[in-house]
Amino acid sequence: MTNERKIRVLAAKPGLDGHDRGIKIICQALRDAGMEVVYTGLRQTPAQIVNAAIQEDVDVIAMSVLSGAHDYLFPKVMDLLREKGVDDVLVIGGGIIPESDVPPLKVAGIAEIFGPGTYTRDIVEYIRGNVKRSAA
Amino acid sequence: MAFDELKKAKSDWQAGIEATLAKRPERRKQFETISGLPLERSYTPDNLEELDYFRDLGFPGEFPFTRGVQPTMYRGRFWTMRQYAGFATAEESNQRYKYLLGQGQTGLSVAFDLPTQIGFDSDNEISIGEVGKVGVAIDSMADMETLFDGIPLDKVSTSMTINAPASVLLAMYIGVAEKQGVSRDKLAGTIQNDILKEYAARGTYIFPPQPSMRVITDIFEFCSKEVPKWNTISISGYHIREAGSTAVQEVAFTLADGIAYVDAAVKAGLDVDDFAPRLSFFFNSHLDFLEEVAKYRAARRLWARIMKERFGAKDPRSMMLRFHTQTAGCTLTAQQPKNNIVRVAFQALAAVLGGTQSLHTNSMDEALSLPTEEAVSIALRTQQIIAYETGVAETVDPLAGSYLVEDLTNRIEAQARDYIERIDRMGGAVAAVENGFIQREIQESAYRYQKAVEAGERVVVGINKFQTENETGMEVLRVDPAVREQQAARLAKLRQDRDAWAVDRALVVLKETAASERNLMPSIIDAVKVYATLGEICDTLRSVFGEYEAPVTI
Repeated sequence: MTNERKIRVLAAKPGLDGHDRGIKIICQALRDAGMEVVYTGLRQTPAQIVNAAIQEDVDVIAMSVLSGAHDYLFPKVMDLLREKGVDDVLVIGGGIIPESDVPPLKVAGIAEIFGPGTYTRDIVEYIRGNVKRSAA
Repeated sequence: MAFDELKKAKSDWQAGIEATLAKRPERRKQFETISGLPLERSYTPDNLEELDYFRDLGFPGEFPFTRGVQPTMYRGRFWTMRQYAGFATAEESNQRYKYLLGQGQTGLSVAFDLPTQIGFDSDNEISIGEVGKVGVAIDSMADMETLFDGIPLDKVSTSMTINAPASVLLAMYIGVAEKQGVSRDKLAGTIQNDILKEYAARGTYIFPPQPSMRVITDIFEFCSKEVPKWNTISISGYHIREAGSTAVQEVAFTLADGIAYVDAAVKAGLDVDDFAPRLSFFFNSHLDFLEEVAKYRAARRLWARIMKERFGAKDPRSMMLRFHTQTAGCTLTAQQPKNNIVRVAFQALAAVLGGTQSLHTNSMDEALSLPTEEAVSIALRTQQIIAYETGVAETVDPLAGSYLVEDLTNRIEAQARDYIERIDRMGGAVAAVENGFIQREIQESAYRYQKAVEAGERVVVGINKFQTENETGMEVLRVDPAVREQQAARLAKLRQDRDAWAVDRALVVLKETAASERNLMPSIIDAVKVYATLGEICDTLRSVFGEYEAPVTI
């Protein structure tokens, strides 16, 4: 038994989109995998998400958007994180996101995009393998 | 036929196949529907021992309407083929509607963008990134005039997926009709106006439950007198199912919501038979074909019984569950998207065999983005093929009498009734949403389903079986991000050109009305006619009603 700190995740719904089936499944799956998950609920502004991430001292932000507003909202979250000097949080996204939107989102700093049909265990593995902070 | 004799013969038959089973076992130990209802090997008349034809089925168009709400169903007229559409600006959506009507679509179904659905103007900061994305942006009656330009509102029926601000969009529709010279009594269509499922599953709420229920009751009352052909609500199980519920939960939570609306209106002093004939419903059509057919039949029978027994309705039209169906968006795969054409076809067929009044078929590319025109056209053609080529519409309720379908109909009704009783004990659907019961039930079912897919217990073609590598990308529809600037510019001009004094006065009256017990509709209509914006009207109501704060249920 180690006293390893659990990976802390902020699960967030930026924008006005109300589809929360996916993010709630992610919450349950990450918890089942032993992570600590804080869910923001719906209708969060990028600023609220960044503040919550800092306040909750999370290692990961997992965002879900199915309305098509990812092209504005995801990069906006990255901008605000940089403004606040946060560079050690892994940020991932999911939702209805056309393939051609993925490269620009990655350039903006979103580490990975998970579309419909993704297995939750793949997301768990991805987070474990890519968390930036060393679990201490 | 003596059931005893049959039961004995059946158990002999079961015993007789044990040897076969030992040699060639079945694919699974237990079989069940997608919602988890256990399935026997084969169904026989004794499964329906308790079924009483006159009590439980009756004739089409007669209580309890299990077999359909009309005596002739599709022999008289096919269901309304109604594709949900709308994106970007009112001009672009208007073009799409004209295209769809030209392709033989028989009704319109308007999709609004999220700022419109949540009562924010396009130039509000919170709207950035969302304007025109999932539907058309409507900020004022001026946009509504553009949206229906050249479409005679006395000739089409229009369904609007709008909930929290449904009163405002209905007011704009009435205003546009007046400008076209069409009187209110000629207007046909539907507003979704179902706030309870917004709290539970869809998320576009604005106000807390109590004032929201009051606005809904005001709409019922206003329309019963002024817009008699309008469907004042579309009580929706669709989004509950999309959020992950089972078929039984879909029926149970939808009808529990329906009970809450009827209760609220009756408590406000309305006579049930004055408004109940205009209630309509909206269901999902999911993958499990026979379960879905049974679901619609069970929902119809249960609602008829509730209206008659619980609310003492006398008018048979108050007991008829009329419904729209949409195929299940959540079953579409982003992988091998053309397979979705086939999924949609089966789902659409189930809705038709279940007796739907109108139908939206999803486009194959909707797990990727909004649909392209070609994809929409294939989806519409799917309905036309079912209607004109398959022959299933030539007789009413053709699956009635199927031992399995009748048994599933019975079980879905009974289990939904149990759920409704549980919800009643909590104080009804409003309480069950506020305490998070309905949300938790849905999310547990959703997670169970996801785990079954990941464990390979449930096969999704192209996802966990029959995958292909290197799929070619599909062309997707994109909304120009400049839409927000265009809408903002239109709004700026509108605010400059309109009679500011008249707007202020209308909003003051609206605020007073909201704080009183008077019906809100007339003052909302007055406000939209002087071009008060949707955001201004909703902000006025927010200042009186407050805003809903959702409980976090996970």
